[in-house]
This record gives sequence, structure tokens and C-alpha cells, in this order.
Amino acid sequence: MEEEQNTNPQQTEVAAEGAMQTVEGTENLSDRVKVLSPARLVLKRFFRSKLSVIGLVTLLVLYLVCFIGPLFSDMTYETIDYNGAQNAQSTEITYTVEGVEYTMYDITYTESINLKAYPSAKHWLGTDENGRDVLMRVLYGGQISLTIGIVVVVLETLIGVIMGGIAGYFGKWVDQIIMRIVDIFYCIPQMPILLICSAILAANEVNGIARIYWLCLVLVFFGWAGTARLVRGQILSLREQEFMLAERSMGVPVRRKIFLHLIPNVLPLLIVQMTLGLGSVILTESTLSYLGLGVPIPYATWGNIIQALRDFTTLQYHFHIWGPPGICIMLAVLSFNFVGDGLRDAFDPKMKK
Amino acid sequence: MFKYIVKRILISIIIIFGVTFITYSLFRLMPDNYVYNKFAAQSATNPNWEEQAARVEHLYGLDLNVVSGYFHWLGSALKGDFGYSFIDGAAVTQKIKDSLPVSFIMSLIVTILQIAIALPLGIKAAVNQYGPTDYITTVFTMLGISLPSFFFSGIMIKVFAVDLGWFDPSLGLQSGNFTGNGWELFWNQAWHLVLPIFVSTVLSLGGLMRYTRTNMLEVLSADYIRTARAKGVKKRNIIYKHAFKNTAIPLVTMFSGILASLFCGSMIIEQIFGIQGIGYQSYTATTQGDIPFVMAYNTFIALLTVIGIFISDILYAIVDPRVKLGN
Repeated sequence: MEEEQNTNPQQTEVAAEGAMQTVEGTENLSDRVKVLSPARLVLKRFFRSKLSVIGLVTLLVLYLVCFIGPLFSDMTYETIDYNGAQNAQSTEITYTVEGVEYTMYDITYTESINLKAYPSAKHWLGTDENGRDVLMRVLYGGQISLTIGIVVVVLETLIGVIMGGIAGYFGKWVDQIIMRIVDIFYCIPQMPILLICSAILAANEVNGIARIYWLCLVLVFFGWAGTARLVRGQILSLREQEFMLAERSMGVPVRRKIFLHLIPNVLPLLIVQMTLGLGSVILTESTLSYLGLGVPIPYATWGNIIQALRDFTTLQYHFHIWGPPGICIMLAVLSFNFVGDGLRDAFDPKMKK
Repeated sequence: MFKYIVKRILISIIIIFGVTFITYSLFRLMPDNYVYNKFAAQSATNPNWEEQAARVEHLYGLDLNVVSGYFHWLGSALKGDFGYSFIDGAAVTQKIKDSLPVSFIMSLIVTILQIAIALPLGIKAAVNQYGPTDYITTVFTMLGISLPSFFFSGIMIKVFAVDLGWFDPSLGLQSGNFTGNGWELFWNQAWHLVLPIFVSTVLSLGGLMRYTRTNMLEVLSADYIRTARAKGVKKRNIIYKHAFKNTAIPLVTMFSGILASLFCGSMIIEQIFGIQGIGYQSYTATTQGDIPFVMAYNTFIALLTVIGIFISDILYAIVDPRVKLGN
């Protein structure tokens, strides 16, 4: 080839030009072909899916509105509107004692609670059966419901990663013991057990905000098994792969192996699992609260606002009380599902689109 | 194979022990027990109620500590004696037998509908990935999973029973003053079951549909499907013969959950629709601290779950010859 090029001066020129172009092109090349880090790649794939973007935006709006919205109002979740009608009635009582006539005024002052009011300018979503503003309760309820979801899922994942990691990494009898415990937790019927736990909390008179913390702990206690199983399976399959063998032969320390090589490999799955888990925790909490066994009144959560529909007239005529929290739950869970699905697709290297 | 089965059975026994023990000890954590309260309520008319309460507590091992109490329960449970419900004094096994049929029929219909609707939808969505069919089915089935069951039931009751008046708004299994029998009774009850069945079906579609779609997508991107396409196999045949058969393998794992769900009823939906199935009974029993009933119910469910997992593992090996049990 070179000989031929040398014999033909025109061609060398062309080749030289080409070489020149590629020299110039190195600058152009880095402009034209972007080298994307894996994280950027995942983000790019994530934002390509419409549904996951819709989900993400909905979630952001929900969080913002729930946490910032109440600041613009002077009402809170427990403010009762006594504004139904304030009237003072006086009745004149006249009686005569020993020839002297006395006149007494019996004044009854009634403040009636403005309950089950339909939506108005003051109460955008009306008031509930105790005269509390529904919109405020939905917003404050959102704060608790959305926060419980995050707290529970993070704790669950922590325990799950530790247990699953230990089981998968050490194997043998450690694995046997942990996995049997996981199996047991996996086979416990969830709803009855949660009901019993809530009943125990109620019977022990754990009330107020403490009840919410306990509820979180209970949900975590009976929820970590799925994550543990997932992490263990993942680590088992990673352990057999060549890069782990290479590490072992190079004598990489255990800590480095776990934190630098195993965890980043499990992380994508975990993030997906956490996002999907957020939705299901919100559903579980709302179901318990609906049954009156979750977060106690007067604290508001989306679930215990919907409790109102157990009253038949409310169910029939007051959709403005139980509708909005239901729609909020649905939106939140749906968005978490969309985002989780989007993340799963984005993390999957097999997905080329 | 034999060794594997023996090992699995041993593990299952451990699981059942664990589940029942946790349930039992949780129950005993409740500070006030139902028996004591029940007899205390009669204290006005019954002078020696404390003595009687103590006798019943002794009978159920409630005066023992948690561990011995558990083995007391286990001893009689192994003999098939689950005791009598604290609430109405009926034999627990009889109570389960009585309330099971309604729940079972409901769950059976729901499961059949679920499979009949979710499988084709999942396949359709996968074949037309990112097409309008895919988006529409995804959004609708995801809506189903995301709806809280009580909220969706509430909407359905309001719209169809109260506003439109198609169904009896007093709910329950049959109309309050209904006295017919035979076919009339059948139709009356069937009509009352339409809404709860509809609600449970809609709520359960999403999971199976998503699962089918994901697995189908994976199979459709496999090389042998491309080969089949290149050979000119009809599209129908590719989808239903080549692809679907392989999708069915992971689907088998879904069936491990179905066995338990067929028999455990639905606490929330039965409670809202006032259908006194096993879910409703277990809800009232759980909230009132009826230990014998809830213990029997939870044991029953755990047993079914374990059997379900076992069957699905064996099915897995049958459906997919590459899977070898025991590894």
C-alpha cells in the first residue's frame, strides 16, 4: 500500500489531506461524539420515556404542594371551623318574688361547627365530618403519607441489604439461617399481622405521633424480607462472575470488594425496588389508616381521611371529602410505579432504545 | 429429586413453625385479652365470672407464658383441634368451612378473569411495544394497581349502586328481605357478587399484565425469534407458539401466590361489601383478639403459601427441562 501511495503523488496528497482532516477532526470528533458516563446514559434513557417523566413531575408537584401549600393558610389539619352559625338567643324570663318583678335574660350562645360543608371559597374542598378543612387535611396528610413511605423504604432497604449481603457473601450456614428467617417473613400473611400489630399499639395506648413512628417500625419489620432475598440472589450470581475471581486472585481486600464492586452492581436493582416499594408502602399505610388502625386521628393521612366513606351518607353525598385523598394516593402510587418502571428500563443495558 | 423434596418439606415445616409462633406471640402481646373482657362484661349478672374466665383461659393456655402457651396451642392443633372461636363459640374449623365457599368462588372467578384478560393484554402490549396499545394498556393496568382497594370500592358503590341504582346499595350477599330459593337465590347472590368481583379483578390485572409484558419482551428479542422471522414463520405462530411458550416459564412462579389467594379471601373488599367470607371473618377476629380463629386462619394461609411455592418449583422443573431441582 505505502509503495503504491508513494508512486502516486496525487494519492499521497489526498491521504495527507485526509490525515489533516483527522487531525482537525480530533477536535470535531469530541464535539460530535459525546462520551457519556453510565449515569448520564441512564438519565438520558430515563428521560426518553414519557410515562416516567410524567411520573417524576407528578411526584415533584405532590411533594411541593403538600409541604409548601399549608404555609399559605392560617388553618391546620386540626383547625375546626366553628363558623357554621354563631348566634346568641335570648329569652326573657320574668318572675315576681314578693311583689317585686325581676326580669332575667337567659342567653344561649351557640357556635355551630361548619361540618360537611361543600366546597366554597373559604374551604376549597369543603369540610369534613368534624368541621376541619379537607384541603388542609389532604395536604398535611400528604406530608405524613409521603414521608412514611420514604422512611420505611429506606430502613427496609438498609436491613435488606445487610441481611441479604451477609447471606449472599458468606454463604453456607449463615446463608441457611438468614434465608430461613427470610422465608418465614415471606410466608407471614401480611394484612392480618399488621392488623394485630396495630391493635397491640392501640391497646398499649401508644398514641399521637409515637404511633406513627411505631407504625413505621412495624412496616419495616415485616417488609425487609423481599429486599434481602433480592440482594442475596444478586450477590450469589455476581460472586460466580469472572471479575470477582480476578479480584480474589489479585488479593483485593474484602471491604473494597464489597463497597466498590458488589454494591454498585446491586444498586440499580435496589433503586428500582425502592421506587416500586414506595408506592406499595403508601398503599399499605393508607389501608391500615382506612381501617382506623394506622395513623390516629387528629393526625391526617390520606388513608384516614378516606375513612369517612364508611359512613353511608358521606359516601353518598360527600365525594369532596373522600375523593381528593383517594386521588392523591392513586397519583402518588401510580407515579412511583411509572418512575420505577422507567428506571428499570433505563438501567437495563440490554435496552438499546 | 427425592432428596430435594425431603429437604423442601423440612424447610416448609420450619416456615410453618416460624409463622405460627410469630403470630401467636404477637397476639399474646396484647395487654387485655378477649376472654377476660368478655367475662368482665358479664360481671353484673355473673358473680363468679373471674373463676370462669380463669377456667377458659386455662383451657386455651392463656395463663401460661408465651412459649408454653404456643406449644399448648400447637399440641391441640396437630391433633386437628383448633378450638372454638372466642367471639361466638363456634368451632373454628366449622367457621372456616362455612365462610370459605363464598370467598373461594369469588377468588376463583377473579383468577379466571384475571388470566383471561391480563395474558392477552400483556402479549399485545409487548408485540406493539411503545405503540398506542402498549401505552393505553400500561396506563390502565397501572391505574388498577395504584388504586387503593377501599377507595375504588367506594367509587364503584357510589356510582353503580347509589347513583345508578343497578345494584343493591345495602350491599351484603343477598337482599335484606329476600326469601326465595333455588335459582332465584342464586341469581340474587350472583348479582350481589358482581361489583366485588369487578373491583378485585381490576385491582389484580396490573401485576400479571406487567409480568407477561416484560417476559414477552425479553423472549421476543431472543435470537431464535429473529431466526423464525427470517425463515418466514407466520407472525401469529411466532407470537403464540414460539414466544408465548417461553414466556409461560416465568409465569409459573406467579402461580405460587394464586393458591393461597384463592382461599384467603380479601379482608378489605369483603369488609366493604359486607360479604361474610373468610376475609371478613378474619378481619373481625383479628381486631377483636379471637386467638383460635386467627391462629387457624394464619396457619391455613401459611400452609397454602408454602404448598404453592413448592408446587411452582416443581412445575418450573416440569415446564423448563433445563431447570434441575436440587441445585
